[in-house]
Amino acid sequence: MTLIRRLAACTFLPLCAAPALADEKPILTVYTYDSFASEWGPGPAVEKAFEAECDCDLQYVAPGDAGALLSRVLLEGRGTRADVVLGLDTNLTAQAEASGLFATHSLTGTVLDLPVAWNDPVFVPFDWGYFAFVYDKTKLATPPKSFEELAASDLKIVIEDPRSSSPGLGLLMWVKAAYGDRAAGIWSALADNIVTVTPGWSEAYGLFLSGEADMVLSYTTSPAYHIFAETDETKAAAAFDEGHYLQIEVAAKVAGTDQPALADEFLSFMTGPAFQSIIPETNWMYPAIALDGGLPAEFAGLVKPEKALLLPAAEAAEMREAATEEWRAALAK
Amino acid sequence: MPRWPGALALGLVMALVLGAFGAVLARAGAFAAVTSADWAAARFTVMQASLSALLSAGLAVPVARALARRRFPGRQLVIVALGAPFILPVIVAVMGLLAIFGRAGWLNAGLALLGLPKISPYGLDGILLAHVFLNLPFAVRLLLNGWASIPAERFRLAAALGFGPREVWHQIERPMLRAVLPGVTLAIFLVCLTSFTVILVMGGGPRATTLELAIYQAFRLEFDLGHAAALASLQMALSLAAAGLGLAVARPAAFGAGLGRVADRWDRTGRGLQIFDAALLVTTGLFIAAPMLAVLASGLPWIAGLPGPVWTAAGRTVIIALVAALVAVSLALATGLLITTLSTRTARVTDAAVMLAMTASPLVIGTGLFLILRKFTDPIALALPVVTLVNAVMAMPFCLRVLLPGLAALRADYDRLSASLGLTGATWVRLVALPRLRRPLAFASGLAAALSAGDLGVVALFADPGQATLPMQVYALAGAYRTDQAAGAAIVLVLIAFGLFRLFDRLGDRDADL
Repeated sequence: MTLIRRLAACTFLPLCAAPALADEKPILTVYTYDSFASEWGPGPAVEKAFEAECDCDLQYVAPGDAGALLSRVLLEGRGTRADVVLGLDTNLTAQAEASGLFATHSLTGTVLDLPVAWNDPVFVPFDWGYFAFVYDKTKLATPPKSFEELAASDLKIVIEDPRSSSPGLGLLMWVKAAYGDRAAGIWSALADNIVTVTPGWSEAYGLFLSGEADMVLSYTTSPAYHIFAETDETKAAAAFDEGHYLQIEVAAKVAGTDQPALADEFLSFMTGPAFQSIIPETNWMYPAIALDGGLPAEFAGLVKPEKALLLPAAEAAEMREAATEEWRAALAK
Repeated sequence: MPRWPGALALGLVMALVLGAFGAVLARAGAFAAVTSADWAAARFTVMQASLSALLSAGLAVPVARALARRRFPGRQLVIVALGAPFILPVIVAVMGLLAIFGRAGWLNAGLALLGLPKISPYGLDGILLAHVFLNLPFAVRLLLNGWASIPAERFRLAAALGFGPREVWHQIERPMLRAVLPGVTLAIFLVCLTSFTVILVMGGGPRATTLELAIYQAFRLEFDLGHAAALASLQMALSLAAAGLGLAVARPAAFGAGLGRVADRWDRTGRGLQIFDAALLVTTGLFIAAPMLAVLASGLPWIAGLPGPVWTAAGRTVIIALVAALVAVSLALATGLLITTLSTRTARVTDAAVMLAMTASPLVIGTGLFLILRKFTDPIALALPVVTLVNAVMAMPFCLRVLLPGLAALRADYDRLSASLGLTGATWVRLVALPRLRRPLAFASGLAAALSAGDLGVVALFADPGQATLPMQVYALAGAYRTDQAAGAAIVLVLIAFGLFRLFDRLGDRDADL
């Protein structure tokens, strides 16, 4: 009975429980996406590391994936409780910036390690990765080297929906950046390769692991997880000649924050070694700065694309609607 | 019978659904135009929901009839297991189905052995397959309640009159179905109208685009609340139209009162009929059981190694489910009692209005409530109570569906007797209502508890990482590459949902036999 009562208490009385624990420390509220804040993401370790040096209380609010994150901030508008928003990518930043809710950062002299030049005054990168199709080496000996080869093959792929998932949107931009006006043709040719289109990354990856498809849209860094956690070296990412589209994940300070100094301190901490060294083995992405000890061993054998593709944020935002419609029309035939 | 509890319950449900919708609309300022792509999505939505509902309910009739007139070892187990697919978290059910019918599933492995070509379950047929898998067992359970509501005396009379299966069908079973089937079909139609994950995963591509996806897109990608509100009202209009149609077709059956004994059946001895029923039950059993077993097999080995936060979340989920079930059944009982005192026309309108809660988009409800709450307090701090309430309100129409036939029969059959004996209030509830309604009440509670346990729709919008529920943890694990642990946690969720469902079912079954 006591256990049940205790569970009931922690279920229904968070308000009553919280003040007992809170002391006079300032609170920094970071809005982020769910898998960053979850027990298995970078969140808990980042919180511990930052609280060790800030004398503050770092609290996460995670209203869902990256799309849900931005939509929550826009919904709350000027009244948002967020001090920092962490986890948007370059497909979302134009919309975020247009809202006027974000402030310029005060970082100077941070040396980033990204495949592209970065000098955005508002958004600060915290990690990045290349989108890629992941496959099983034991089942597929010669993976396709381009979208055209993939389309010509009878390989089956599973992808994410650009209307509900950020990797899905990334793929849309990838094809657009690589093929421009020919994108519709590529999608038509890919139609018979696509087993299905899932609402999010985890459904797609799950379908791939259960053998429903030969390849799945994920990241070049995905195989590192299997090597690290499962000593499974059978997964690999296919290198495409067109180049690979980048996902750069960023954070920004909220303009109306009541903790501007603390928010700046967090952004600075975010681009420092303590935060960055947590990223590779929890978020399975590349850190945004060069780490002193280098990358963990399981990252060594990963495919390194020769060419990085990235549409400027404004351009990506501008073409999103038309590109989605083009995608929909080509696949709906 | 006082009407105020029903009015209060109804008011609460309507206030929550319409209030949330109103809050989204108020924030948007105005509706945005509905585009031609939206109309195409609406057409597809209605088409797949109609087909899913007709198939599920249509197939459920012979299955329920076979179950109603047969006695065999393990029958009780079959009836209990029928509850399972409906209460499975959708993604778990889909993965189970794909283990059987998928490209790498057992069916294709079998076909390959026979040298036959592969089948692909993705597309409209895949959507229908999944919707029938999820809803057929639910329909069978509801129809079985209908069969159980036929007084045993009627079957005895039928036997005395020398009725064969055909006459029993015409004189007894068909009138019962006329009363129950439209509501069942409607409930499934409404469930499928807002189906999201099934449509996307099984649909095979953007041909399968529904209104719910368009709402999602409007909120998440376009941040166009006016568009979301317009789409949501289109969805509600479709639900209301369907509810009106479904309830207009229904005709109450008038069997009169019985002593509530278990019906013996004298019309079931034909050899051909026995074989037909047996074949039907075995096929259905395999169709339901195989994916469930596949789910269990994939997740069970990982349960022991699940990390601590998963178990904390499991405890939280059990409590939410129990409280939500209590609230949902109370709301449904009060509303149901109110409905039985209304004139036929008013009763139908009320019933249809309640159905709105079933089809309201979780995204709209969640966002609307968030907008309302943040005027007064920090919504995140209230996450779990709010989620419990929303789960209760969204499960309430299902409970009402389960309770209404029994309630109507109760009023029709016992009101005069109760009045002549002066039975009212608590005494009436104890002596008349509870014994008669025990089974549907238990079923409704189990259903509400299970549905609330598996819910991800609203909780994801509110909950903060420190207050995660089990469905959230399943997604968190799957989103962190931990697919095996996610499968294990999903099994825990299934066991919780099913355990709660079974717990309540047992309470209702103590002295009864379906």
